[in-house]
Order: sequence, then structure tokens, then C-alpha cells
Amino acid sequence: MLTNLVWLVPVFPLVGFIINGLGRNVLPKGLVGFIGSAVVLLSFALSLGIFFELNGSASKSSIIYLFDWIQAGGLYAPFSFQVDPLSSIMLLIVTGIGFLIHVYSVGYMHHDPGFAKFFSYLNLFVFFMLLLVLGSNYIVMFIGWEGVGLCSYLLIGFWFTNPAYASAAKKAFIMNRIGDLGFLIAVFLIFNTFGSIEFAHVFPQAANLAPNNEVVTLITILLFIGATGKSAQIPLFTWLPDAMAGPTPVSALIHAATMVTAGIYMIARSNILFTLAPYTLNIISIIGLATAILAATIAITQTDIKKVLAYSTVSQLGYMFLGLGVGAYTGAFFHVITHAFFKALLFLGAGSVIHAVSNEQDMRSMGGLKKKLPITYATMLIGTIAIAGLPPFSGFFSKDEILAHAYEHSKVLWIVGVIGAMFTSFYMFRMLFLTFNGSFRGTHEQEHHLHESPKSMTIPLMVLAFLSVVGGFINVPKALHGNQWLSNFLEPVFFASNSKVSEVHLEHSTEYLLMAISVLCAVIAAYIAYNRYSKNQHVPVPDTAERGVLANLSYNKYYVDEIYDAVIAKPLNVLSGFFYRVIDKRVIDGLVNGLGRTTAEASKGLRLLQTGNIGFYIFMMVVGIVALLVYGVYNI
Amino acid sequence: MESVTQTIQGVPLNHYILFSAIIFSIGVMGVLIRRNAIVIFMSVELMLNAVNLLFTAFSAHKGDASGQVFVFFVMALAAAEVAVGLAIIVMIYRNTNSTDINVLNRLKW
Repeated sequence: MLTNLVWLVPVFPLVGFIINGLGRNVLPKGLVGFIGSAVVLLSFALSLGIFFELNGSASKSSIIYLFDWIQAGGLYAPFSFQVDPLSSIMLLIVTGIGFLIHVYSVGYMHHDPGFAKFFSYLNLFVFFMLLLVLGSNYIVMFIGWEGVGLCSYLLIGFWFTNPAYASAAKKAFIMNRIGDLGFLIAVFLIFNTFGSIEFAHVFPQAANLAPNNEVVTLITILLFIGATGKSAQIPLFTWLPDAMAGPTPVSALIHAATMVTAGIYMIARSNILFTLAPYTLNIISIIGLATAILAATIAITQTDIKKVLAYSTVSQLGYMFLGLGVGAYTGAFFHVITHAFFKALLFLGAGSVIHAVSNEQDMRSMGGLKKKLPITYATMLIGTIAIAGLPPFSGFFSKDEILAHAYEHSKVLWIVGVIGAMFTSFYMFRMLFLTFNGSFRGTHEQEHHLHESPKSMTIPLMVLAFLSVVGGFINVPKALHGNQWLSNFLEPVFFASNSKVSEVHLEHSTEYLLMAISVLCAVIAAYIAYNRYSKNQHVPVPDTAERGVLANLSYNKYYVDEIYDAVIAKPLNVLSGFFYRVIDKRVIDGLVNGLGRTTAEASKGLRLLQTGNIGFYIFMMVVGIVALLVYGVYNI
Repeated sequence: MESVTQTIQGVPLNHYILFSAIIFSIGVMGVLIRRNAIVIFMSVELMLNAVNLLFTAFSAHKGDASGQVFVFFVMALAAAEVAVGLAIIVMIYRNTNSTDINVLNRLKW
């Protein structure tokens, strides 16, 4: 029974973290890289075994109890893991893609002095992510949730000697904390309402509640606030683009493939609660779609290759939330899987490009890399086609499933979604053409230095490219004569929700039409990008040049950071300044200093009583004794 | 001894109390208004003896000997106090050529 050994899956990376963390100054780089990758590979092998065991067995959910952790009053939180289809797939993503990225990092981080530190953080991240995924109750999930936030902070600020990077790390951490507060309050409410925080106790109870229960609506909204922080949705999305300050493998692992999908995983895990709260689902789909469009329109004018990918991630996460919002839990999770493949691929490809052009990230100084980096080019082309949603690559199937559900729900959602998909296709091909087509625009020194990345970097790219191509086939829709393996596999997880919602199945002809339209849109957008950036060799204008109003708005990210700064940060600073100057300086300091001064002043007056005249002293003594006598006589 | 006790008891207790009170008050007033250290000393002795008188009176009236024991302690204490006190006064006189206590007004902050 491999399932009973599931606790080993997170333990391996933890061991790797401890060894690499403690031995960071003594172990040779080769050994560090080997240990860091090997522990994740072990986890992956075990996860694979667990996955196949689960796939073959009849019972689709088992809880592996490890030890009692908290027992206080009515609160009982065991440290236990849950293995079911949802978590087993997440295990595969986290450890599988995690392993590839570890291997990639061996090449990418080779010259970095913090090599061992990097690997120990990376292993720690994998450990926490596995806790998040495996936890059988909200508390264990929350430890993982916080832990990945911490690792994200550490890794974004990995090159912390650069103040901009350090503040990007702080920004990410603080924004996540805002969301975490929502999550935490939601957990309190869940405990208060259901008397337990175990998934296995909460969800069956919730399934018996009537829809539109106020408490459940509140809980789901709070959970969603938690998800907006971790998964970078409006209004807490601005940390993710800044998080690109971290090394590129970190962007690929944490800020594309795994951590940012934690919010989607959490909602998919709590799907029954959300199904009972249609109000929240509407909010989720609107926010998701708004984020998708907003981020996509920002991405079309960015010139930093990683920023384009970051906004693309925000946008794709928006699609996943749209999927959740319209009740396509499987679709959203499907997109999590495919997105993990192609976005990790694109980030690693971008890393390979950055590696080749001597740490240049501005696409205006790239171009014409096709010849010099053939493997990177080929794999990134595959990733771009996949994310643009062209069949039969993986992105097509997952995005199409979400859009089809959106269409069932509301035509408007679908139209906006397709427009967003058009933008996606445009900015991805724009990035590809700017980077690889045309002629090189950088300095001669950079051109001289151009080289394809080492094997440790290109092999993960190839594996991910392969997965990006075939990843979609795990859930081919019925309309295309697929067997919908993923839907069937995840059926037990979403069973309660699916039984509450009467699903309207689209006609196959309608579905074909929707697919055709979205593919057509993507192709048109790709052609526009080709025409503009490859054929006419248009290069985005330098920062100083004048832009049109819309382009300016998009290039400056709609000034969201500036708006937050003006609306939240500035007033907070002013308020803090007020509290500092008035409350702290005047009131509190005044109180403390005033007390001291009063004592001093009073003493100054009182000391005059001490005249040195003995007669007076004796007189006062007699007065005192008489007073005592009088007191004694009249009171006792 | 019997007759002494009886003699003492022959006077009502109130008279003793009143008498002692008067002597004590004279002592207090002496301490408060006189400036000569030796006179003050004598006034203190007056107060002590007023108390002694009261002790013996109560002791005789109540038939309890412990009051008289107290008197012995007070007398011993008074003797010791006088010995030390007079010595101090002599030293003061040597230093200031006076026994006026108001000259000693440096004991202040």
C-alpha cells in the first residue's frame, strides 16, 4: 500500500532542505544540485505510484492519519493527509514539474554564489506546497498556505542586495497576508458553523444545507479573498508581476505552475461550499474574467519578457477563476494542469533566453535568436501555441472547456473570454516574434556571447514541451469523441456539487462553433502579431517616446500601483504620520513625561517644608501624633 | 508595701490621669517653645515621668505589677538617653558656643 507511505512525499524535500540548508557552505555544488533534485524525484516517483494505485482502486479517497496535533476544547485538528484524485494530480504536478525545474536550476543558477541556499529554499517550497495539497483539514492546508508564502518571499528576494528586489518580496508577502486574513477568518467561521475543520466532516454537513445560506456565502467570500491574494486576482494581483524579481526558475515553479494555483486548488477542494453560494460564484466569475482581460491588455505592451509572462499568468489564472465561477470545476483544474505545463515551459524558455543574452530582459534588445537558440525557440514556440489555444495543443482543450461552460452560463462572459483569448494569442506571439525573429538588436558583446543553454536546461524544456503538446488529451471533450478521462477521474471530488447543479449540455454543433470561433480569433491575433512584429519588424518604442493614450495606459499597467499608492498607501502613511506626531508624540509621550514632570514639580514645592528648623520638625511631629489620636478616637 | 499601694489607691484614678496629662502637656509645650537644648531635655524628662506616674497609678489600681516593670524600663532608657543626649549637647556647645537649637538649621535639603 503505497498510499500509506504518502507522508514520505513531503518528507523527502524536507530532508533535502535540511541537508542543503545546513551544508550550504560545505557541500560542493554538484552534490547540492544532486540532492536537491533527487529528493524531489523520489517524491515524484512515490506520487506516481500513489496515483496509479488510486487510479486502480475502487475507493477514491483515503485519509492517512499521522498524529494528533491540536486538541483543545471542541477543536480537534489531527495532522493527517488526504489522498484523492484532486490531491494526487496536484502531487504529480508539484513534484513532477518541481523536479524538472530543479534540474533546470542546476544549469541556470550555476554561477550564483547562493547556489545551495537557492536549492534549500526550493526544497522547502516543495515541502510546504505538498503540505498544502495533502492536508486533510483546513489547518494543515493553512500551514502549507503560509509556508509557500514564506518561501515565495524568500525566493523573490533571493537577490536581496538589490533594494527593488527586496521590496518586491515584501510587496508579495504583504499582499498575500491580506488574503491570508480572509482565509483565516473563513476557517474560524467554518469551525464555528460546522464544529470541525476536517474536510471529511465539513463537506457532507454542508451538502445538506440549503443553497444561499448567508453563513456559507460569507465563508466562501472570505475563502475567495484568500484565493485572490495567493492566486493574484483583482484587487491583489499587483504583487505577481513584481515577483519576477526572483530568479527565473522561481517564477516558473512558484509564480506560474504551483503556488499561484493554490487558490484554485483550495476552491476546487471546497467546491461544495461554493456550489451552495451562487452569489459568490458570480463574484468569482466576474473578478476572474476582469482579471483575465485587465492582465491581458497590460501584457500586450510590456517589453520585459518576464513581465509579459507574469501578466499572462495573471490572465490565465483569471480564466481558471472564471471556470470555477461558472461551475466548471473540472475545467478550471484542467487548465491548472495544462497551464502548469506550458507556463513553466515558457518561463524556463524565457530564462534560457535571458541566460543567453547576458541577463538582458528587455525584448527591445533581443530579436533574431531563432538561429542561436534552436531548442529554446522550438520549445517556446510550442508553449506559445499551447497558451494561445490552437488545437491540438493542451491549452486549446482546457481553455475551450472553460469557455464552453461560460457560454452555458452567460453569452457575455463567453464573448469577453474570447476577446481575452485573442489578446493572449497576440501578446504571446508578439513576445515570440520580438525575441526570436528579425535581427539581433542588442550590443555586440551580447551577440558574441549568444549560446544555447546547457543540457540541464534544455532537457526540462523538451520534456515540458512534450507535455504541453499532449497534456490536453487527458480531457478531450465528448464533442471531439474524447473519453473525458480527467472528468471521470475527478468525479468523486466534485460529485456532491455536480448533483446539485443540473447541467445543461451544449449541442455538439454549438460546441464546434464555439471552438471554431475561438481558434479563428487566436489565429487572427497571431497573424496580426506576425505581420507587425515579424514581417514589418516593428519594435516597441523606447520608454521616453510618446505613446497613444491607450498604449500609455496599458504600458503603465493602468497605473494600478500608483492608484493603490494614492488610495491606500498614501492615506495610510498620512494616518500613521498623524498617529506618530499626535497620538504617540503628544498623547502617550505627554502622559509619561507629564507624570514625571508633575512629580518633579510637586517635590520642588514640598521640599520647602524641610526648613532645617528643629522646633518646626518637633511641632509637626506633635501635630501628627495629635492627628493620629484624634483619628483613633473618632474612628475606632 | 501593702500600705503604699493602699495610699496610692486612696486617691481616685481620675486625679492621676489628669495630673499626668497636665505634666505631659507642660513637657510638650516646653519642648515646643523653648530654644535652650537643656531645657528641652528637661521637658522630655517631664513627659517621660508623667507617663511613669500613670503607669504606677494604673498598676496599683489594677493590682498588676507589669506596669511597674515598665516604669523601670522607661527609667533605664531615660538615663541612657540623658547620658547620650547631654554628651551631644556638650559637643554642640563646644562647636557653636551656644545651646540654642535654632542655630542647628542646616538639616535640610
